[in-house]
Amino acid sequence: MKSIFKSTSKLLVAATLVMGFGASSLMAEVKDKFQVSWTIYVGWMPWDYAQQKGIIDKWAKKYGIEIEMVQVNDYIESINQYTAGKFDGCLMTNMDALTIPAAGGVDSTAVIMGDYSNGNDGILLKNKKNLTDIKGQTVNLVELSVSHYLLARALETVGMSEKDVKVLNTSDADMVAAWGTKDVTAMTTWNPQLSEIMAGNKDANLVFDSSKTPGEIIDMLVINTETLKDNPKLAKALTGAWFEVMALMKKGDEAALTFMAQASGTDLAGYKSQLDSTMMFYTPSDLLAFTTSAEIPATMKKVSEFSFEHGILGEGAPDAEFIGMAFPGGKTFGDPKNIKLRFDDTFVKMAAEGKL
Amino acid sequence: MKRLMNLRPSKQSLFFLGLLPFVLVALFYLGASEVRLAANPDDKLLPSMSSFAEAIDRMALTPSKRTGEYLFVEDTVSSLERLGLGVLISAVLALLMGIPLGFIPFVRAGLSPFVAAFSMVPPMAILPILFIIFGMGELAKVALIVIGVTPLIVRDLQQRVMEIPVEQLIKAQTLGGTSWSIVLRVVLPQIFPRLLDAVRLTMGTAWIFLISAEAISATEGLGYRIFLVRRYLSMDVILPYVAWITFLAFLFDYLLKRFTYKVFPWYDAGKEQS
Repeated sequence: MKSIFKSTSKLLVAATLVMGFGASSLMAEVKDKFQVSWTIYVGWMPWDYAQQKGIIDKWAKKYGIEIEMVQVNDYIESINQYTAGKFDGCLMTNMDALTIPAAGGVDSTAVIMGDYSNGNDGILLKNKKNLTDIKGQTVNLVELSVSHYLLARALETVGMSEKDVKVLNTSDADMVAAWGTKDVTAMTTWNPQLSEIMAGNKDANLVFDSSKTPGEIIDMLVINTETLKDNPKLAKALTGAWFEVMALMKKGDEAALTFMAQASGTDLAGYKSQLDSTMMFYTPSDLLAFTTSAEIPATMKKVSEFSFEHGILGEGAPDAEFIGMAFPGGKTFGDPKNIKLRFDDTFVKMAAEGKL
Repeated sequence: MKRLMNLRPSKQSLFFLGLLPFVLVALFYLGASEVRLAANPDDKLLPSMSSFAEAIDRMALTPSKRTGEYLFVEDTVSSLERLGLGVLISAVLALLMGIPLGFIPFVRAGLSPFVAAFSMVPPMAILPILFIIFGMGELAKVALIVIGVTPLIVRDLQQRVMEIPVEQLIKAQTLGGTSWSIVLRVVLPQIFPRLLDAVRLTMGTAWIFLISAEAISATEGLGYRIFLVRRYLSMDVILPYVAWITFLAFLFDYLLKRFTYKVFPWYDAGKEQS
C-alpha cells in the first residue's frame, strides 16, 4: 500500500510540474509565433479579411514573425481564453477589457481602437415610442454586457435608474426568437440581431441607440502588455495590416466588402448598413486623434463606475478606482500602483508617420 | 496461488480506496492552483481555497446588495422548483403513455414509431419554436425539461411493460381480469419501481436541460448564475456551484434509490437473484 502511495505522489508532483510549465509559458519572452483570437462582428471582419488574403502574413514576414488569427465562436469564451493566457491578443470592447482581463489581473494594452458603436447597440420597445415608457417594464438583455451599460446610460438621460426597470438575462443568440414571444416588451441588444428584429417586426421601436452616447462602446485590439513589451514587432505588424485593409474599405473596395459580408453571414447591403452604424477610423490620423482625445479617459471613468456598481471589477475592489488605467500622454485613472489596462498610441502614431 | 482477481479489500481499505481519487483530484487542483497563482496572484482560472470561502460567504451567507436576498438560496430554490416540476410532469406523462404503448398492441402500432422518432428531436435545436409556443417564462424552462426527458422514460417504460411475462397476463385473464383491471392490478404495481429507476437514470439529462434553459433567459437559478459569472471567468463562484449541483444530483439519486427499496422491497430482492 505504501509503495502505491509513493508512486502516486511522484505522479502528482510530475503532473503539477507539467501544469507549472504550462502556466510559465504565460511569462513573457521573445518569441516569433503569435495567436490572436477574434469573433464575428462588423468592426472585426477586416481582421478576417487580412488573414484570409495574406495581408497579415505579409506584414508578419516583414517583421520576421508569424501571426495566426484564431476565430472563436463565443465572444466571451474568446476573452476568457485570452485572460487565461491561451492567446497573445484578442478583440474585445473597452468595457470587457476592463472587467475581464484587467479585473483578472492580466495587464493588457489596447493597441488599435478600430471603431466605436454609433448605433450598433440599441433599446427596443414593443408598441411604445418613447424611452420613458420603459418604466416598470422587464428588459431582455445580456446582463453585465455593453447592452446593460447602454441601458444604464439611457436611463440616466431621462432621469431614471436601473431600479425603474427589471432586467432579464437573455442569450444574444436567442434575441430574435425572444422578440416574437408575448412576454417580451423591451429589449437591449446589438447588431445584427438589432436590425434583424427591426426589419421583421412592425411593433419594434428603437427608442435609444449608441449614437446618442458616441465613442463609449469601443471595439479594440488588445495585446498582453508583457508580450507586447518584449515583442513590439507583433503590434507593428498588426497595425500595418489593419491600415492596409482600412485603406481598401475607405475606397469602398466592393470585393473586400463582399468578402467581409459573406464571412459574417450577411450580404453586401446588410454589411454596409451595419457599417453605417459603426464609426470606423479609416486613417491613422483619425484614429490617432480619437486615441489621444480627452474623451477616452472620461468614458473609461464612466465604464469603471458602472462596472464597480455591478460588482464586476473583481474581488476585493473597494471602489471604482481600484483598477488603474493609463492613457496616452502619461495620464492615468485610478490606482497608479495597479495599472492593468493601458491605452497606447505608439503604434498608431508610427502608422500616421509612415514608419511601419 | 493468490490471484489479483480474488483479493478482496477489507472494510478499512474499502473506505480508503473510495476516498483516494477525491483526495488525489483535490491535491492536483491545489498544486496547479498554487502554480498559477504564483505567476499571477489575481488569476481567476484556478482560485485558491480562500477565494472559494469568500465566494461562498458572498453568495450564500451575505444578503445581496441589490435585492436583500441570499442569492445562493434563491438560485437553489428556483432551480429545484423547475427541475422538480419538470421531472414530475415527465414521470406522470410517461406513465400515462408508457403503459398503453407497452400493453395495448393497437396503441403501440399507432404511436410507437412516432414516439421513437420524436425522442430523437434535439430540443435545443428547436428552442426558438418552444419560445414562441411557451413564452420566455417559467413555462418554457419546465417545458424544455419535459420535452427532453419524457420520451426517454416513455420508451423505457414501454419496454418494461412488454417484458412482463406473458404467463402472468394469461393467468390474470383466466381469473376474469379485464384489460383495465389487469393494468391496475398486474402492470402498474410492477411498473412503478421501474418508473422510479427510469427517473433516476434520466436525472442527469434533466439537469442538463435545466441548466441550458436557465442559460438562455432567467433572472435566478443555479444555471443562470453560472452562465452569468462565466462572462467574468469567476471560477471561485462557478466551482462551488458545480460541486453543489453534483451533490444535489447525487442526493436525489440516493433518495430515490432508498425510496424504491423501502416501498418495493421485492424489486431489489428480485434483481439480486437474477
